[in-house]
Amino acid sequence: MTATTSRVNPNVSAATARAAAKAANENQPVTFGKALNTALADGLLADDSVVIFGEDVGTLGGVFRITDGLTARFGAQRCFDTPLAESGIVGMAVGMAINGMRPVIEMQFDAFAYPAFEQVASHVAKMRNRTQGKLSLPLVIRIPYAGGVGGVEHHCDSSEGYYAHTPGLKVFTPSCVEDAYLMLREAIDSDDPVVFFEPKKLYWSKEQVDLEQLARDYEAKKSAPTEGSARIARAGSDATLIAYGPSVSTALEAAKVAAEEGINLEVVDVRSIVPFDDETVCASVRKTGRAIVVAEAQGFASVASEIVARVQERCFHSLAAPVLRVTGFDIPYPAPTLEKYHLPSAERILDAVDQLQWEA
Amino acid sequence: MSAETTSDRMSEVSKKFGISPEDYMLPARHMINLLNPDGTLRPENEQGTEPGHEYPLPSPARLMEAYASLVTGRRVNDQNSALVRQGRMAVYPSSHGQEACQIAAALCLEENDWLFPTYRDTVAVLTKGVAPMEVMTSFRGEWHCGYDPKAYKCAPMSTPLTTQLLHAVGVAHAAKLRGENTVVVAMCGDGATSEGDFHEALNFAAVFNLPVIFFVQNNKYAISVPLSHQSAAPSLAHKAVGYGMAGERVDGNDLMALMAIMTRAVRMAREGNGPLLIEAHTYRMQAHTNADDDKRYREDSEVQAWIAKDPVTRMKAYLEDAGLLTDAAAAKIAQDAEVVAKALRDGMNQDANTDPRELFEHVYSTKSTQLAEQQALLVDELDREEA
Repeated sequence: MTATTSRVNPNVSAATARAAAKAANENQPVTFGKALNTALADGLLADDSVVIFGEDVGTLGGVFRITDGLTARFGAQRCFDTPLAESGIVGMAVGMAINGMRPVIEMQFDAFAYPAFEQVASHVAKMRNRTQGKLSLPLVIRIPYAGGVGGVEHHCDSSEGYYAHTPGLKVFTPSCVEDAYLMLREAIDSDDPVVFFEPKKLYWSKEQVDLEQLARDYEAKKSAPTEGSARIARAGSDATLIAYGPSVSTALEAAKVAAEEGINLEVVDVRSIVPFDDETVCASVRKTGRAIVVAEAQGFASVASEIVARVQERCFHSLAAPVLRVTGFDIPYPAPTLEKYHLPSAERILDAVDQLQWEA
Repeated sequence: MSAETTSDRMSEVSKKFGISPEDYMLPARHMINLLNPDGTLRPENEQGTEPGHEYPLPSPARLMEAYASLVTGRRVNDQNSALVRQGRMAVYPSSHGQEACQIAAALCLEENDWLFPTYRDTVAVLTKGVAPMEVMTSFRGEWHCGYDPKAYKCAPMSTPLTTQLLHAVGVAHAAKLRGENTVVVAMCGDGATSEGDFHEALNFAAVFNLPVIFFVQNNKYAISVPLSHQSAAPSLAHKAVGYGMAGERVDGNDLMALMAIMTRAVRMAREGNGPLLIEAHTYRMQAHTNADDDKRYREDSEVQAWIAKDPVTRMKAYLEDAGLLTDAAAAKIAQDAEVVAKALRDGMNQDANTDPRELFEHVYSTKSTQLAEQQALLVDELDREEA
């Protein structure tokens, strides 16, 4: 085997084969997980102070392989395993951020992050405030979250409400491949701590996205900021489905079925729970006059409740029907064989759409 | 990360400092104590030192510097307690009786070294160089931290127990990754050693071989709960060995012993020998705070017995006997302490004047539309109040 011919096809030069492979790659769909992995790599490349750590993120590349190859490429100083201790991981990140680094840490699973909640609520969220802006904590806490993957107990919680309720934290959750890349880059570059929720069920979802172009646009500030901005995931005119993270795909599925029945639903993807984009959400509701908030988390005292309240306060005179919620039930996350009964489904959303007081 | 093991590290320490790994890891059988309560130097065989736990005595100049800080620290504690009684301060957790620990912890650090204090470590924070009124900002209820932690290399005084030990580990880790020569002292009390973050911090520091000195002020009570309800270990210093680091036990009212131990600890940490745990035996002479009634949980005789071990009188007697502390020097030290106390009185007698608009300024690096709306609401309320 010589270096001048392709290993796959000896009849073409290696350069030609590489060019062909690259062209083929450009047409290959990209997974949500790959977009996150690329965002982490690009974040490490762009800024020497970025470090990644957590349990299993090094040699293994993370239990979901989101940090795959980063230690090999950037060295164990930039991406490393820690002892198994969530509070330790977050607490150490606080200190590293105080001392000039930008830690990006992984909590492995939603419910595994609870031991670290004191560090998050008492210090991560409050450090800027208590020091009157003298100390900022530019760190990212990545949390694979939510259900739909048949996980056992403690592996499927939707815990965004705890964090969204805590002033000082930003809370992001992407729902498409492009946002997975852009929102993680923004989270890493943010001077505020970001709790970054990655919907587990989307890790393997694929879309046709040119990550290299996306990276160039991001670096050149050609892409619009996602922070504090909701996204119209599907344009419509009859009612608005407001969703985020794992629920956006369910809402889109419902909208597709509704369209076949002649109802044109708009789907708004919240993207950045904190800060929240009242303007885009309310503009959509004022246009359609009807709204349903869809979320996997339990509905009581939830992010969904907050969105309903905000919409009600701001859009009361535009509303033709009460704003409804379609959420998980107010129960601890059920065992894998029962989760389908708990999670908001397209059918449950369509049932709610039927209740929006349509004129006969 | 390097695959450096504890035994590799221990053999390094053995070579450099001529200590066997066993002697280094296990605390000395008796706590290190150089000065008697009456200020006389203890005979060498009664100092508690044994192989691996021998320390050079601090120089006269160092001891005089430390003593001056000790006097100031005591004056500040008593001034602040008085200000609480006068209603000038919301709350003050006094460290009367524990000043020697706090002086040693802060004085042995160099300019680039970090200190991570708790709410009871006012004297350490002052000794690190933070301006007195900036230290007191939180106790007068004006803001949660009144100084710039980066400027002083001194973290905000932590109220949650031991959470700040992990931050200390992070600061040390960042410094190590950048090849900086930084030592970090992380302070906590005996009660804090029961918290989960104590375990995680010590474990992380040892696994990553970081230059962190965990300085435990064992003042015998966590509010009302005595040490016997806190730990069943032979000593708090013995906890260190389980993590793969050395532990030291020292008389926390003996400034000379504290300075001797801390000086060596800082040097060892700076030279890459990893973390170290120091347990200083001391006593909280006053209640937890002004809101606490310590007569409900401890006998007056116990408190009285500790008066005989006071760190200030002990050091004073030693320095006078050694001919270092002249009447003139003592007068100058007392005068300097009085200047600090006066600055505190004057500062506290002025009304706090933080602008309420500032409530919204430091939540995020950029203000969200929601916070801007709430700020406008408050400004409107304030304007109507003024009108």
